[in-house]
Amino acid sequence: MAYTLTNRKQFVERKPMSWVEKLYLVNILKGMFITFKHLFKRKPTIQYPEKTRTFSPVFRGLHVLNRDEDGRENCTACGLCAVACPAEAITMEAAERVKGEEYLYREEKFAAKYEINMLRCIFCGLCEEACPKDAIYLSETVTPANYNRKTFIYKKDDLLIPHPVHDAENYQKALGQRSHSLKTKVHS
Amino acid sequence: MELNDIENFPGQIEQVAGGTVSVGALDSVVKWARSNSLWPLTFGTSCCAIELMSTASAKYDYSRFGFEVVRASPRQADVIIIAGTIVNKMAPILKRLYDQMTDPKYVIAMGACAISGGPFFYNTYSVVKGADHIIPVDVYIPGCPPRPEALMHALITLQDKIKQGLTREQIKAVNYEYPNTYK
Repeated sequence: MAYTLTNRKQFVERKPMSWVEKLYLVNILKGMFITFKHLFKRKPTIQYPEKTRTFSPVFRGLHVLNRDEDGRENCTACGLCAVACPAEAITMEAAERVKGEEYLYREEKFAAKYEINMLRCIFCGLCEEACPKDAIYLSETVTPANYNRKTFIYKKDDLLIPHPVHDAENYQKALGQRSHSLKTKVHS
Repeated sequence: MELNDIENFPGQIEQVAGGTVSVGALDSVVKWARSNSLWPLTFGTSCCAIELMSTASAKYDYSRFGFEVVRASPRQADVIIIAGTIVNKMAPILKRLYDQMTDPKYVIAMGACAISGGPFFYNTYSVVKGADHIIPVDVYIPGCPPRPEALMHALITLQDKIKQGLTREQIKAVNYEYPNTYK
């Protein structure tokens, strides 16, 4: 007997298979039964384009530029989001509000141009954290794929939330779960 | 060049009786078959590959769209999903893999690193600022990393592109955009 490190070595006795066992019929049927059983189990696949999985409430998707309850833009083009952005994806140009534009912009300064380069953006949410006016937040939709690079420079028109008065239905849709979290934030 | 610009077409076009009907029908069948059996090449260089694996698994299951068999050899693959950062050292390998793939071949750039360098965009000596510096890209997916839903959307986008039968140059010329279904 060869030298062993432990005394736990066991010799396995393997009997030669009988003629019926050599046919493997029973074992094949056993295996097929397991496959067949799965036909009646719950299907785990989510049929994606028709159905979507519910995202986590902390999911950070496409950016949205926010409006207040009267439909005026919150953004004052302070540039804190652009400074906070680790990928340098945000650019903006500020402009001064003139008389008669009070229904459009909440404060005297506003963003005349606001662009986010979705090619560079890493959806970290630091812009949302940096914003003192609650003007930008990350929504629950994923950024769609496209063929051209230039389609990923999202302008202000692409980012602004629908008007809460004129387009209330789409506004609520764009807010999504966030409308609940906003309420709790106010009460606490 | 416009899409149906026959005058400036580099070559000779001979009209055959009934040719547009039969060839057009055959062409659409070929495109349909092509778009529904795209075999991806395993090319995951960083964290986007985890989402790619998730898309391949039972919950999302991209084999429903014909992306069934992930090939380890570029000779057998139709589409390369660049899932992850391309560093300078990886760039020649990516180029070689693309060259070894047989036509028709398609490229999906997945995630911020593959489409623009993303978080490494500035002050990084080692990262290629976008995979399309090396090989032409058909579909871009933003995200860091993109969700499996975003990757599935990109795969459907690529299928639509193949069904249209446009070349990369034609898409550039007509400034074609994929209709945004999310907004």
